[in-house]
Amino acid sequence: MTAPVDADVLIIGGGGAGCSAALHLAWRGARVVLLERGLVGSQASGANYGGVRQQGRHPAELPIAKRSHALWRRLPELIGTDCEFVQTGHLKLARNEAEAAELLAYLDVAASHGLQLEFLDGMALRRRFPWLGPAAVAGSFAPEDGSANPRLLSPALARAARQAGATLLEQTAVTDCRHENGRFVVETATRRFRAGRLLNTAGFWGGQVAAWFGEAVPIRHHTPNMMVTEPIPYTIEPNVGVAGGNVYLRQIPRGNVIIGGGYGMGDPVVPMSRPLAQVTLQAMRRAAALVPALAGVSVIRSWSGIDGMMPDKIPVVGPSSTTPGLFHAFGFSGHGFQLSLAIGAILCELALDGRTETPLEELSIRRFLAPQGVPAGGVMA
Amino acid sequence: MRVAVVGAGPAGVRAVEQLVRAGLRPLWIDEAPDGGGRIYQRPPAGFAREARALYGLEAPKARALHAALDALKPAADWQPDTLVWDIGADPRELHTLHEGQVAAHGFDAAILCTGAMDRVVPLPGWTLPGVTTLGGAQIALKAQGCAIGRCVALLGSGPLLWLVAYQYMKAGATVAAVLDTTPFATKARALAGLPHDPATLAKGLYYVARLRAAGILVAEGVTPLAIEGDGERGVSALRWRDAKGRERWLDCDAVGLGWGVRPEPQLADLAGVPIRFDAVQHNWVPQRDAMGRTPVRGIYLAGDAAGIGGADVAEMAGACAAQALLADAVLPVDAALTGRLQRRLQRQARFRAALERAFPFPARLAAAMPDETILCRCEAVTAGELRAAAEPEGPHGAAPEVNRAKAFTRIGMGRCQGRVCGMAAAEVLAARLGCDVAEIGRLRGQAPVKPLPLSAAPEREAAA
Repeated sequence: MTAPVDADVLIIGGGGAGCSAALHLAWRGARVVLLERGLVGSQASGANYGGVRQQGRHPAELPIAKRSHALWRRLPELIGTDCEFVQTGHLKLARNEAEAAELLAYLDVAASHGLQLEFLDGMALRRRFPWLGPAAVAGSFAPEDGSANPRLLSPALARAARQAGATLLEQTAVTDCRHENGRFVVETATRRFRAGRLLNTAGFWGGQVAAWFGEAVPIRHHTPNMMVTEPIPYTIEPNVGVAGGNVYLRQIPRGNVIIGGGYGMGDPVVPMSRPLAQVTLQAMRRAAALVPALAGVSVIRSWSGIDGMMPDKIPVVGPSSTTPGLFHAFGFSGHGFQLSLAIGAILCELALDGRTETPLEELSIRRFLAPQGVPAGGVMA
Repeated sequence: MRVAVVGAGPAGVRAVEQLVRAGLRPLWIDEAPDGGGRIYQRPPAGFAREARALYGLEAPKARALHAALDALKPAADWQPDTLVWDIGADPRELHTLHEGQVAAHGFDAAILCTGAMDRVVPLPGWTLPGVTTLGGAQIALKAQGCAIGRCVALLGSGPLLWLVAYQYMKAGATVAAVLDTTPFATKARALAGLPHDPATLAKGLYYVARLRAAGILVAEGVTPLAIEGDGERGVSALRWRDAKGRERWLDCDAVGLGWGVRPEPQLADLAGVPIRFDAVQHNWVPQRDAMGRTPVRGIYLAGDAAGIGGADVAEMAGACAAQALLADAVLPVDAALTGRLQRRLQRQARFRAALERAFPFPARLAAAMPDETILCRCEAVTAGELRAAAEPEGPHGAAPEVNRAKAFTRIGMGRCQGRVCGMAAAEVLAARLGCDVAEIGRLRGQAPVKPLPLSAAPEREAAA
């Protein structure tokens, strides 16, 4: 084994959050090493739907989402590419009265966080978006939201981080990590890394990293079922979702429509994931119900990826409860893509300054741990 | 026991024959309106051309296979004109599309005989109207009784190049030229002293002699340069450099091109069968044993989808895969037949290796494609754009393998899912990164195998 590599900060997991953290840390001049088992952005960060939205988020996520929004808008200036981020607006639809009531109730949550939303009844909805079918009875429009290409974000952040001086090692799986003599020691098959700070941005596998430090949490793997159609003339401008979230779709200006809904199957040990035919068909049916013109369009490809799902569907973000210098950001429960930019900035502040202005209390890992610090659940595959 | 066979070409027919002999009634699916596969594709009902005219020297084999096909249809659950667009491992299901309707069919064991398609090396002008693959040119003749143009140039390498040229000539089409990118010496070296299948060799020499005798321009060791024409009128000429380095051109209104074939292993891939690079075939080939068993329990492969062997090999492999399935299911088997077929398959494998050396995939030609060539025609991605994705200075860094290059450039993201351009794209990327094409990886299989209309989704929730 070669001599250990020393750094100021070690990062486990090269998704959007980890790559963004590496970039922010490198900007501040820290010696940072990121370890990624596959290629950066291979799982949830690269395989997700590409929604960049604040609307509909849990209030605990909104301050992070707002901070991320500012970074998304500055991407070309920060990393030299926009990753196809477009601010098309996000339209969340209700298909019955109960769902409409849900949209109405969220207006207050949004207002209290300074998020501007526009409520549209059935008439207004169809006037503004004539491609909608009769299934939608009301909608809530968030003009600042939009979408981006998830396959580009992590690699672009990684390239910028490397350029700024960070070391990102791909195809480098972590086999063990521990805290000894005030330092983190992280092992891979061939090398040992040491640093005073450790960031856990390992997605679903973040549960394993937390467990290494006595913080096992009840995380499940989550495999969104995604597909894309052949290109058709560009008409569906906003990113479209529904209350309840069982189908979502967006069209990119070149014409393809990306559709998601339901869950495929996966095995995080391999790791592998794939869509399921029946789930694909269900999402196709629901998409065509929202936008009837899609009925004649063909799906050409489907995919999935592995994310970590927490029982309360919000991530674990913040300091470890057992180990000083360890900071978690994992279990984004299917909606971490938009957050990832700000998560990197926040982790950088936590690692270098020990504090951040962004409120994280509700996202603390402590919520899953019994009062004495005894884990309340195990890691579930 | 629920057994399914996908494909009714030479492999599928002989697989079903063995299953029916053993008393099974398999579900038998083919994407085409009738069986026979691409090689023995039948004309539509009402067309009355003779087998001799359609299949030439292969007519007796075609007739025998069609007779078996027709005899077996009533003994199986025969479902033609049906696409298998996905295969599920747990539960084991084939997901089909027929006349715009989807269905799911459970199975315990399946033999996948999904065939092959042409290997294509894009060149400037290959997206013009009038350009098709050699396989497509042959099917136009076999199925529809028409040529791809009035004055046809045929370009590529491999036995199919000469066969199509001969068939076009026999059918009365004007063949402007037959241009083989493999130098004569390469072929002579590989084939001399390896007469494992003298009949095939003799047929090949016969085709070439007949073409030359008919006064058709035949050139070997050529480097294709471009197909000329415009989007309105289509192809008008073909330009190439001959073996002596002189630039040549000729007028034509259609071009058929192809460099051998590659497996269509999408269903095997989706079923979880590992796919490996075979250096001899220069193809990605699903893993299977000599009998067609895969590492995935209950999944068997036969025919060109399991590695290119041609129609005769496919017939034998189909019977073997069925025998393997029967043996694994502890049903009566025909050990004598299996032994006989395995010996013949081994001899064929040696001949196939010689054939691959005689007609190698022109990897360097693909790698040297000009930057402005449209490589992925579905997404209009040029070779230059793909090369840019290998540059570390690019906005997303360098793509170290083909799926990452796909993510950056959209190459292989269109309707054909990289079936057509994937191999050439891998050569371009490997050459730019300076690594072996096997290390570049392959475009991963993703359902649906072919486009699936949203309207096919059933109105109601399917019963779980």
